[in-house]
Amino acid sequence: MRLNYPVHVRIIRVPCTGKVDILHILRAFEKGADGVYLVGCMEGSCFYEQGNFKARKRVEYAQRLLEQVGTGGERVQMFNLTSGEAPKFAQFAREMTERIKTLGPNPAKLAGAASKGPAAGQAAERGAA
Amino acid sequence: MIVANGKPLEEIIGVVKGHRKILVAGCNECVTVCEVGGTKEVGILASALRLHFLNQGVEAQVGETTLQRQCDREYVVGARVTVEPYEIVVSVACGVGCQFMAEEYNKVPVVPGVDTSFMGGALERGVWSERCQGCGTCLLAKTAGICPVSRCAKRVLNGPCGGSTKGKCEISKDVDCAWQLIVDRLSSLGRMEDYEVLTPIKDWSTDRAGGPRMRIKEEVAS
Ligand code: SF4
Ligand code: SF4
Repeated sequence: MRLNYPVHVRIIRVPCTGKVDILHILRAFEKGADGVYLVGCMEGSCFYEQGNFKARKRVEYAQRLLEQVGTGGERVQMFNLTSGEAPKFAQFAREMTERIKTLGPNPAKLAGAASKGPAAGQAAERGAA
Repeated sequence: MIVANGKPLEEIIGVVKGHRKILVAGCNECVTVCEVGGTKEVGILASALRLHFLNQGVEAQVGETTLQRQCDREYVVGARVTVEPYEIVVSVACGVGCQFMAEEYNKVPVVPGVDTSFMGGALERGVWSERCQGCGTCLLAKTAGICPVSRCAKRVLNGPCGGSTKGKCEISKDVDCAWQLIVDRLSSLGRMEDYEVLTPIKDWSTDRAGGPRMRIKEEVAS
């Protein structure tokens, strides 16, 4: 099955959506991503039992935070499918791309600050003292 | 442990918004265990603040650090080189840690990023429950190990009151009646005769009523 989906989507493979941390999502936006979505297995069929439920909770948490900082919570979404549903994978990519096109770019980019790269000092201080 | 709640992000943004160099400072002890002020939560809050500033087109530096203990001068003093370059510190340690930081750094405002709530424990991941209010004269030996000071809404010392219904406190059907718990436990310990012994009026001077408290351990204090 050679399905087409929008070229704007960059795939990051993880062993389970449960591996995706809230910080991964937030940092993606700091680095200028316009949207982030997670595609996990169907609820109830996680190989690790709770992985996709944990991912959903983190996505919901990220949505709340992003709403409060002005990025917009609708830029993050969780999708579920089974491994045999490639057309759905392509469909989710189209759905999310359409949504982002409607929303426009990451507001940080519009504000002009994101072009200077991620905020300084973030890594330098971590773990000090 | 001391249990705290994260402050609403809007409140924190409101406090730091005029600053351009902000340090989010966590603590490796209680607030790490109650998942509100450890390295992880410092990272989340700092990232959210950076996004806020990026979205405003404001260039701001939001640093992250986690002290071993903010309630220990040794570690607070040790963070000097990290803290002093910043204009403001958001402490996500408990109110004790936040104050110890403020006492040490008198040129840098230190503001709380959490609302410190109570002394308690984890019933399960993500659920914490109050167990002690530090009354200074522990009654647990008389109350079958269940604290009426922290767990009874009225702090009744010879309970229950008339509001106890089917094991629940009259303030909420989700709150156990502490005195029901005490009676149940005394009975399972075969010590119901203890229930007949009245607890005299408690000396509250060892509680907050006696003013700020201090403890000195002569053997080790210099
Ligand atoms: S009786 Fe006092 S010291 Fe003992 S657990 Fe209750 S509040 Fe804490
Ligand atoms: S119902 Fe029980 S816990 Fe509630 S106030 Fe009365 S004695 Fe205390």
